[in-house]
Amino acid sequence: MSAPILESPTPLPVERIQKLVGYGMRSHADGYLYRPTSVSEIRKIIDLARNTGRKIVLRGAGRSYGDANIGSECVVIDITRMNRILSWDAETGIIDCEGGVTIEGLWRSTIEDGYWPPVVSGTMYPTLSGALGMNIHGKNSFKVGTIGDQVRELEVLFPTGELKVLTPEDELFYAVISGAGLLGIITRVKLKMKRVHSGNLKVLAVSCDNWDDQFEIFNKFEHDSDYMVSWIDCFGRGSQAGRGQIHVAWYLNEASDLPVSLLPSNQDLPDSIMGLFPKSSVWQILKYFNNRPGMRFINYVKHNASKLLGNGKEIEQGLVGFSFLLDYVPNWRNAYLPGGFIQYQSFIPREHAKEVFSKQIAMQQEAKLESFLGVFKLHKPDKFLFSHAVDGYSLALDFKVTAKNWSRLESLCHRMNEVVLSAGGRFYFAKDSTLRPKDVHTYLGEETLKKFREYKKLCDPEGMLTTDLAKRLELV
Amino acid sequence: MVGASSGIGAEIVRQLASQGCRVAAVARRGDRLKGLAAEFPQNVFPFEHDVTEYNSVPGLFQTITGQLGGLDLIVYASGTMPEVGITEFDFAKDRQMIEVNLLGAIAWLNQAAIRFQNTKAGSIVAIGSVAGDRGRAGQPVYNTSKAALTTYMEALRNRLCKVGVKVVTIKPGPTATEMTAHLHMRGMAKATDVAAFTLKKADRTGEYYFKFTHRIAFFIIRHFPSWLFRKLSI
Repeated sequence: MSAPILESPTPLPVERIQKLVGYGMRSHADGYLYRPTSVSEIRKIIDLARNTGRKIVLRGAGRSYGDANIGSECVVIDITRMNRILSWDAETGIIDCEGGVTIEGLWRSTIEDGYWPPVVSGTMYPTLSGALGMNIHGKNSFKVGTIGDQVRELEVLFPTGELKVLTPEDELFYAVISGAGLLGIITRVKLKMKRVHSGNLKVLAVSCDNWDDQFEIFNKFEHDSDYMVSWIDCFGRGSQAGRGQIHVAWYLNEASDLPVSLLPSNQDLPDSIMGLFPKSSVWQILKYFNNRPGMRFINYVKHNASKLLGNGKEIEQGLVGFSFLLDYVPNWRNAYLPGGFIQYQSFIPREHAKEVFSKQIAMQQEAKLESFLGVFKLHKPDKFLFSHAVDGYSLALDFKVTAKNWSRLESLCHRMNEVVLSAGGRFYFAKDSTLRPKDVHTYLGEETLKKFREYKKLCDPEGMLTTDLAKRLELV
Repeated sequence: MVGASSGIGAEIVRQLASQGCRVAAVARRGDRLKGLAAEFPQNVFPFEHDVTEYNSVPGLFQTITGQLGGLDLIVYASGTMPEVGITEFDFAKDRQMIEVNLLGAIAWLNQAAIRFQNTKAGSIVAIGSVAGDRGRAGQPVYNTSKAALTTYMEALRNRLCKVGVKVVTIKPGPTATEMTAHLHMRGMAKATDVAAFTLKKADRTGEYYFKFTHRIAFFIIRHFPSWLFRKLSI
């Protein structure tokens, strides 16, 4: 007789394995998912990974588009359950919270006291840990910089077990923020919120016929606005290339009393379009238009509508409605299934921006792989180690991925990379899917990478923290 | 690839590795695995293991997925068919067939099922047999083991299709491998062709006969009433 049949326990619990996807749904990897609620739980998970010979991937809300939040066969520490606000001072505007607090958590708990997060992404769901790992920016990037610039204090747990408080006085502060989750786990964040006097913004919409118009309007409002963002119709060609619509916005400072617009319930996005059509079904309709002719049509209609309706008009819009365009249509990304999509965002110094973006649009059109959505913004440089920002502009592009088009799309991105790099441009890990180690080497420079390796040795000597992005770009 | 040292399994390893896939080759005969790994040093990872060592399966399964960096497909091809005389009833041989052909499959494929039902992806493939379609005089327990394997696979399919996992049973019919060498049959299928067929079907849930003629013939044979079937010499 053979030995009695007993299920021998596996080193890691089998039920932990999950398929985790990047936001663009093209990249995915199976990992052992843990969602700790305290620093001591994180410590135990680090020990477990060490004892089972596994690497660790840090994940927030999973809003990075590519492979920055996944890692095959790794232990994944998802910070989303560490979402407590530890203290809030409405006098000073200083909020102290755990790393899993989201942008939504920030604004919901402070807006009625007249505060708004100083930097927000196009969606309200990222966690602070994730947002700081990537050092996100918003539509006010040209004015206030990135989210890292707003932080007063960080608590970071390193894989060695050391828990450290970092402030802007520490050199390491500038590496952990922007460090793509490869140095330590941001467990607590203290930052200064922005005082607002109304829950609304004054918003001006301006239609643009081409790149010249775009740059002219940005120049005009650069020193006299709080937010600027432009939508680009990537199907516009020739003299129409770069056509789109700019939104410029200002905080309202006049109101002395706190108006009702500051109540969270008055900020919530409507659940239907024109009070009729439920938004939850919109992506199912959008799916049928999510192809070249369909998107050419939608972009064309949107551009002409922006010219005819409301061009040059000022309106008041809620902070939430203006800020979180990506949350406007729930599950919109499902329209890109089954292949998903990638985002491609490059940051170009002022003097070359027009030339580079014109080239990128022309290259996409030539490859018949136009981006279905283009977003154009202005930035200012920052001091963070893996900074993506430049004194210049960025263009973010959404490309649909299919089994058939992937190799052509990847090659288009690589060709666009060359143009970006020769203009001294930069890239952004949260949005990346196609960079190669040599591209990163070029834009970050040997000096920065050497510094990173030194920090890595110091903070994570066993090399436990990794991601599929870090492996692809040979950062670890 | 469980059961990778020879026959259909070894061919599947070769074909996957030559396509650039990372393949874990699991089998009892370590020397054979070394040869296979030497053919594709970058892509084939050998693991010496006896499928009747059920206790070590969960741990080894996790080690393998860790080393491969994920798992898209598992194929179970371990099988044994000792020579059994027409009047012979040898429990040792019978038990070996049930352990290798069936219990080993359940031990391994259960692990894959647990993983894939969580990740909502992946393919589970088992090499069944036309021999499992009826109980015949020549190989009572081989027939039993393959019939049970087919039923197990059907049940897995019915569980896992709801979450998008592919569960595939291949019924190759007589195939020229070491296992069937003692049969001295002519016109057997080639292991390379069966391997290619298996990989072609690996992402299409269902049960597949390698030969179209088998599909027809066994459809009829499966439907013979038992009183008629025992009078026929097939």
